[in-house]
Amino acid sequence: MTQPRVELLYWDGCPSHPQALADLRDAMAAVGLDADQVTIREVASDERAGRERFVGSPTIRIDGVDIDDPGEEPFGLTCRVYHRRDGAISPVPDPADVRDALRRAMTTRSHP
Amino acid sequence: MSLAVGDLAPDFTLPDTDGGEQSPGGAPATLVVFTCNHCPYALGWHDRIAAVAGDYADVKVLAVNPNDAERYPRDSFEAMRARVSADGGWPMAYLRDESQEVARAYGAKTTPDCFVIDGGGRVAYRGAPDADSSDPSLNAAWLRQALDAVLDGRPPDPAETRPVGCSVKWKS
Repeated sequence: MTQPRVELLYWDGCPSHPQALADLRDAMAAVGLDADQVTIREVASDERAGRERFVGSPTIRIDGVDIDDPGEEPFGLTCRVYHRRDGAISPVPDPADVRDALRRAMTTRSHP
Repeated sequence: MSLAVGDLAPDFTLPDTDGGEQSPGGAPATLVVFTCNHCPYALGWHDRIAAVAGDYADVKVLAVNPNDAERYPRDSFEAMRARVSADGGWPMAYLRDESQEVARAYGAKTTPDCFVIDGGGRVAYRGAPDADSSDPSLNAAWLRQALDAVLDGRPPDPAETRPVGCSVKWKS
């Protein structure tokens, strides 16, 4: 099995990315992936946000696919709003959603 | 430069979403909380802060949105009014700090950033409502203990915690 390409994009004006990265690495380890294989990129300008199609910090993409479909959210430097599975608003994705997204990517790679 | 605990809180008058104007004071305690419409930390803590406003009838609660609405249209005065209306009203006033002068005077860093002001007009507590915006069970415990202390004439403990949230969106 090949390792999916995992990216964390963040903006430094939002304090949630260390938690998001820790949760992401925990999720990768939980599904049997190398938790060190994360590409981390800072988005520091509106221009860069547009180029990266960045809708807020943190954004996690697996094989280029956002783990939480951003829909029509505008690109820009902001903190992203997530909803946990219990309904609570959160600055980071629900860890269960991260694990599920990783498993989907792994299944797709195993059965393309 | 932020206000420190013990400093006199700057006076201000700002417009609210109901068409009135609001100022701190005139109550045994005032809570000035800088907040906004778009930040997950502000949104996560909102219900707990609103519950405080409902539970502490003697406390004047002023929620102040200072964010640059040009770059963050969800924080425009119009969007603020729409949010309060969609919620069927709030138990606290929601004020627009268009010039950002109030946020600068207080040294607000994040949304949310809470300042509890005692009856003498001095800052008695500054910081976060509680330890985790994602955990409603914490029930704004730091904020409540600060208000309880001020209403009892005691200094809060802790009197200061680290404000956590999205950076205030200053105009460039």
